[in-house]
Amino acid sequence: MGATAPVPPEAPRLAMPEPDARVLAGRAGIVADLRRLVGAGAVIDHPRAMRPYESDALTAHRQLPLVVVLPATTADVAAVLKYCHARRIRVVPRGAGTSLSGGALPLADGVLLGLGKFTRIREIDIANRCAVVEPGVTNLGITKAVEPHGFYYAPDPSSQIACTIGGNVAENSGGVHCLKYGLTTHNVLGAELVLMTGEIVRLGGKHLDAGGLDLLSVVIGSEGLLGVVTEVTVRLLKKPQTARAVLVGFPSSESAGDCVARIIAAGIIPAGIEMMDKDAIAAAEAFVNVGYPLDVEALLIVELDGPEAECAHLLGAVEALARDCGATTLRVSQNEEERLGFWAGRKAAFPAVGRISPDYLCMDGTIPRRQLPFVLARMRELSLRYGLRVANVFHAGDGNLHPLILYNANAPGELEAAEAFGADILRLCVAVGGVLTGEHGVGIEKRDLMPEMFNATDLAQQQRLKCAFDGESLLNPGKVFPTLHRCAEMGAMHVSGGALPFPDLPRF
Amino acid sequence: MDVMRETLLPRDEQDVAEAVATAFARHQTLEVIGAGSKRAFGRATAADAVLDVSALTGVTLYEPEELVLSARCGTPVREIEDLLAARGQMLAFEPMDLGPVLGGAPRAGTLGGLFAVNIAGPRRISAGGVRDHALGLRAVSGRGELFKAGGRVVKNVTGYDLPRLFAGAFGTLGVATEITLKVLPRPETECTLLVPHLSPHRAAEAMSAAMGSPCEVSGAAFAPAGVAGRMPGLNARDTVALRLEGVAPSVQARRDLLRRVLAPFGGAEILDADASAALWRSVRDAAPFAAQDTGGDTGAFTGAFIGALWRLSTAPTAGPPLAARLADTLGAETYCDWAGGLVWLALPDADAAADQVRAALAPHGGHATLVRATAAERARVAVFQPLDGALAALTERVKASFDPAGVLNPGRMHDGW
Repeated sequence: MGATAPVPPEAPRLAMPEPDARVLAGRAGIVADLRRLVGAGAVIDHPRAMRPYESDALTAHRQLPLVVVLPATTADVAAVLKYCHARRIRVVPRGAGTSLSGGALPLADGVLLGLGKFTRIREIDIANRCAVVEPGVTNLGITKAVEPHGFYYAPDPSSQIACTIGGNVAENSGGVHCLKYGLTTHNVLGAELVLMTGEIVRLGGKHLDAGGLDLLSVVIGSEGLLGVVTEVTVRLLKKPQTARAVLVGFPSSESAGDCVARIIAAGIIPAGIEMMDKDAIAAAEAFVNVGYPLDVEALLIVELDGPEAECAHLLGAVEALARDCGATTLRVSQNEEERLGFWAGRKAAFPAVGRISPDYLCMDGTIPRRQLPFVLARMRELSLRYGLRVANVFHAGDGNLHPLILYNANAPGELEAAEAFGADILRLCVAVGGVLTGEHGVGIEKRDLMPEMFNATDLAQQQRLKCAFDGESLLNPGKVFPTLHRCAEMGAMHVSGGALPFPDLPRF
Repeated sequence: MDVMRETLLPRDEQDVAEAVATAFARHQTLEVIGAGSKRAFGRATAADAVLDVSALTGVTLYEPEELVLSARCGTPVREIEDLLAARGQMLAFEPMDLGPVLGGAPRAGTLGGLFAVNIAGPRRISAGGVRDHALGLRAVSGRGELFKAGGRVVKNVTGYDLPRLFAGAFGTLGVATEITLKVLPRPETECTLLVPHLSPHRAAEAMSAAMGSPCEVSGAAFAPAGVAGRMPGLNARDTVALRLEGVAPSVQARRDLLRRVLAPFGGAEILDADASAALWRSVRDAAPFAAQDTGGDTGAFTGAFIGALWRLSTAPTAGPPLAARLADTLGAETYCDWAGGLVWLALPDADAAADQVRAALAPHGGHATLVRATAAERARVAVFQPLDGALAALTERVKASFDPAGVLNPGRMHDGW
């Protein structure tokens, strides 16, 4: 079943696992069985009603699922997975569908398992600084629920108003405050996980660290390939007393990058450091009009949080470093309104770019920060070669780059050119010591680029781990890994030329 | 009996790969060691040969302004700490030095060992554990295949997060030959607030109040009088200690705020930077339970007579009352770190009382690990929290996905695998 051949470079970019004809033919029976299992109201099989589930936020790729199931309890999730496991039916889990990498793209022969009904906050435990929530609770929903106690949930992906904690766990989502407060993996203490067999395991809890193998570590960021998360225990933080930001313009990206390096070398870990290039600044300023300087090549937003005394002290240090690095403009937020104004442009950068171009692709590589000037220069060359503009926003503190490639989907060949440009940028990120994706996930979007970063042995080891969780490769196949393998064939030992290796080691 | 076994001394990761591949092909097993300083921690492993990776040394990458460091597994931790300190940086998870409690030399361990046991110090509550700073890995699987995972950047979701899975795996999944860690600036200064004369319940409440304030407490411990008498600065009283770190103006502002937060629990005393650092070293290393104190005056870990030592991780508010109960029923000594969530429990003799310890912990959730016990006791009881049902089976499958033949550290974590 379903194993695709390795994708040749000239093949269509999105070769998904071949649908299982047996499953497609048995659709009516499967739908009826699922209705019996979880109730008619939780099963959607009409094509029109399934339409909203045909893609996630990577809308260039669409596929109607076999059927949509919306369970409301862990027991229902377990029942559906057990049923699908017994009949070898593929399953694609889905949260709010805000993935930018196609992680929730349905399969024609797969059950789309939506966790949208899991919206309860089960417990807020302020004394232990954690909350137990269902996976369909939105990221911002957690913060809203604990705000009355003066707490918040730290990771803040830009989609936080819509994206769910279940999706955050699947993608190990970040945000603009990662450098100081970490990613999802640093802020999740426990999870309840349903395996493809329907077995339920609990990982972590209100305590720290694992008593055995830390399986939670690999479940977070596993893109729905290892299990379905039905409950999450998150760490809560007390809101900082104050937050202040400084907006600094530089005549070159080099000087801006230098400033970031010197801030960190001085022992300062700001809550956030964002950088925008000239195109992104212009687009954002035209959109939200918050007073960004237009005569600079690079703009930094540096945010510091903590006690008032600390912010004031560190702002002084940052200001001095920025001037030393040749800053041409510098504004310190004097009140909360002004601070939010600094952020408004950055947060609106994507829609702002959407205004100046019919379509854009958002890339997501991470690089060692000091490589930024080189990467930007190479990107300008690529931009000329492909004849497509690119605007850059950059989580400068942690090296996470979001180039926005502007194109017109209606112009023949432009989407393909934009995708090729994007792939070149990601190859460049890997070449300078970085990675393919910092926070958006591999999904289908970067799946075929995985060999740029990992060799066959690296990928085989990851796939063996997948097999330990899902021995039949039924959970979200076709994502993350460029080639599907049967778990049985992964077990073979590769011995070259039939000769066993013998070591030449000093022995005692 | 070790002397009877063959010891392999790989020079580099290729040698490691060959050694493991050969063992795999010959159906032999390997005990993987670095400095060997934590060999008495975990279940004893009965392997055919010893794979000593202590020759794989050296920091391969250190870029202070990028907050990243890579080193080979045999690199001494003290060398890394000294290198970082020279640039005003640190391993923020505050690695515990297990030497004293295991009866060995101080600061003897390697990076590979530190990573394998995943034991962070007091700053775990604010900065995260060893696993939270793991960025990348080169490793040899139990099949003898060299592979890499992760990277050298903080923000990376490309593929499964294997570096974090390897942290705390006690070398049972693979031989981590090179590890990349996030490093952080050292705080400019620190101080500690002491609140004496608190019952375990009040101590839990005081730590909760402090952790729930915006004071960014980076260490929160509670020691009952007896144990406090063996910790610097606590003057043998039931005491809650709370550490603040950062730039001087910030520490000062938070110290004043924290005093007000703690007012309902009594007046707070202040330890200055040096006294504070000495106290937290003691908390970090479970110094009151150092082997010298219970095992005789030589400090040598003879295994003949030594009190068993447990490390329990649980919900923070559950810790201090649980510790007090166990101290009562078992005649044990305890103190709590991690705002109450970490309980150190030292028993008066070799009997680890595993069933009683785990039964007392069960209602609160978490896990109990037997950090020190005689070899006989470690063979008799579960050193690591027993797993049940589906989780045990899953854990075993994950182990097999890296090491299908059980070549590496057999029996180190669990009986049989």
